[in-house]
Amino acid sequence: MRLLLVTCCIAIFTLSLRAAEPIKIGEFASLTGKQASFGQTNHRGAVFAVEEINAAGGIFGRPLELITADTRSLPGEAATVVKKLIARDKVTAIVGETGSAAALEAAPLCQAAGVPMITATATNPRVTEQGSYIFRACFIDPFQGTVLAQFAHHTLHARRVAVLVAAGNAYSVGLAQYFKINFTALGGQIIAEQKYAEGDKDFRAQLTAIKAIQPDAIFASGDYVESALSCVQARQLGITAPFLGGDTWDSPALIAIGGSAVDGSYFSAHFSPEAKELAVQHFVHRFRARWGELPDTGSSLGYDAVLVLADALRRAHSTEGAKIRDALATTRNFPGVTGRITMDAQRNASKAAVIFTIKTGQFVYLETIAP
Amino acid sequence: MIEFFQQLLNGLSLGAIFALIALGYTMVYGVLRFINFAHSDVFMVGAYAGYYIGRFVPEHTVWGGLAALAVAMTICAVLGVIIERLAYRPLRSAPTLNVLITAIGVSLLLQNLGQFFFGATPRPFPELFPVTLFIFHGIYISSNQLVVIGVTLALLFALRFIVLRTKIGTAMRAVSQNPKAASLVGINNDLVISFTFALGSALAAAGGMLYALNYPSIDPLMGVLPGLKAFVAAVLGGIGNIPGAALGGLLLGVVETFVNGSKDWSTYKDAIAFALLILMLLFRPAGLLGSFTKEKV
Repeated sequence: MRLLLVTCCIAIFTLSLRAAEPIKIGEFASLTGKQASFGQTNHRGAVFAVEEINAAGGIFGRPLELITADTRSLPGEAATVVKKLIARDKVTAIVGETGSAAALEAAPLCQAAGVPMITATATNPRVTEQGSYIFRACFIDPFQGTVLAQFAHHTLHARRVAVLVAAGNAYSVGLAQYFKINFTALGGQIIAEQKYAEGDKDFRAQLTAIKAIQPDAIFASGDYVESALSCVQARQLGITAPFLGGDTWDSPALIAIGGSAVDGSYFSAHFSPEAKELAVQHFVHRFRARWGELPDTGSSLGYDAVLVLADALRRAHSTEGAKIRDALATTRNFPGVTGRITMDAQRNASKAAVIFTIKTGQFVYLETIAP
Repeated sequence: MIEFFQQLLNGLSLGAIFALIALGYTMVYGVLRFINFAHSDVFMVGAYAGYYIGRFVPEHTVWGGLAALAVAMTICAVLGVIIERLAYRPLRSAPTLNVLITAIGVSLLLQNLGQFFFGATPRPFPELFPVTLFIFHGIYISSNQLVVIGVTLALLFALRFIVLRTKIGTAMRAVSQNPKAASLVGINNDLVISFTFALGSALAAAGGMLYALNYPSIDPLMGVLPGLKAFVAAVLGGIGNIPGAALGGLLLGVVETFVNGSKDWSTYKDAIAFALLILMLLFRPAGLLGSFTKEKV
């Protein structure tokens, strides 16, 4: 009798263990280094999504386990850590990276291993072109370039624009390219294109050359440190034209470094915590209770990336790579906090962008531009 | 024409910082005949020292800025002495290559300690000096650029005075010429070398703080690129030669700025800087102001 009881107990115990075996999700993000500000917020969004999913009972009864690896914002590091996630941790799917360059390193590896990968904020089109297992939860640079060109032309009434590009940075070069194509198509003129090396801090030479031709606006497609420093130096050189930027500007550090020099600048972003929808407001409230800060682009897209993946896992009802991929590809109108997400044929999320301006050290929401 | 002078000024203020870092490289080389690769990371520590002291002094005041500069220089002078005592002195009689590799090790150690203690995220640097903008015939000059050029000139002359006119400076030159003979005439070599490191590290700290004032975003790897450029500047000017290092720094800053401001060449900026170095080594291996001393057997 006692033996039977013990056997029963062991059986139940093993069963429940088997049932509760977590689904491993790999995450790679720039938690330290130059892009740490994005990696960190993105990571908090992903962690928060996993916590909420697990609190609600997980996915078909199994909790999610997030295994996080740091890419240290260094070239080559993403490939190394993703190989580790696939080979050693044997993850079911992978979320990350915030930057296009790192995502481009990892995508071919995930494709070759048949592990579905969804990036939260890598906006360069080439990322999902790496193969059928690579998805993203954000819009892509051609769309962002269109939005910014429209905004510069229609709202700012700019006709002659100078472009400042971080040569060697896939994101910056790509975004500048799409801006140029769209802005000239609208009848505007790109009167100068100045380049600097990624990581440079002195832009006075390029800005002095830009100043001489007196543009209506300056489009700076580099990251927030470079863009904030170029705003500061532009004002010190007596340039008054407004600056425009892409979604990498969406960091509080932009204002901390740029100070009053970034006032009156504009940038496109994925998400605004000021949006009025109820679902967004609930998310903002819960997120603040968890982390003590407002969600920004990085954290809300990190959150959405995990939710889209969880939705696909649920519909696939499997941890098999191919089935998850098929489910991800058929995501339609998924209600994320950054808007309704539909995967297009190129596995990119198609959804609206928002435009922010900076007023006395605050990001102020201006308008939403739909695709 | 206005654009030309504006670029020249931009180049001089960038070059002044290269010059300040190059002075430290060249001085240690002059006395010890080895390149102290940890110098660029002492530069980083100097910027962080300024960042933390900046919290205790009021912003936008001259005395606050100078006080932060003085304290940062003192902290780094002590750090330089400690590095020399712990890492380089035990290797005094070892081959130069050992010391060189140790220097690279110290450099990596400082970078990683920096990431550990300060965090890897870039931080905004406070405006310690009052910032005003001068406009002179259409040329824009920020007071920070003037501070950089002024402090560099002041430190350059102070350094020349110390090396040429003081007792410790004479001792430094003696050790540089012949350490054994110097100790025979009663010079304490260890003390002189410690002093050289203190002086060089203080200059690196000044460079770090001025760099951070001009480009107000600091991170633990901020010293790598300017350090490399300053090293090139020191070799350009003639390593071991103090006015040469200053000249090399200014030259490199101006060349880089004009290349950057050009329409099509800006991506080749670093390539041009290093091509300049290669040409110099091919045609004038001792550098602009350097001279070879024949080794006597």
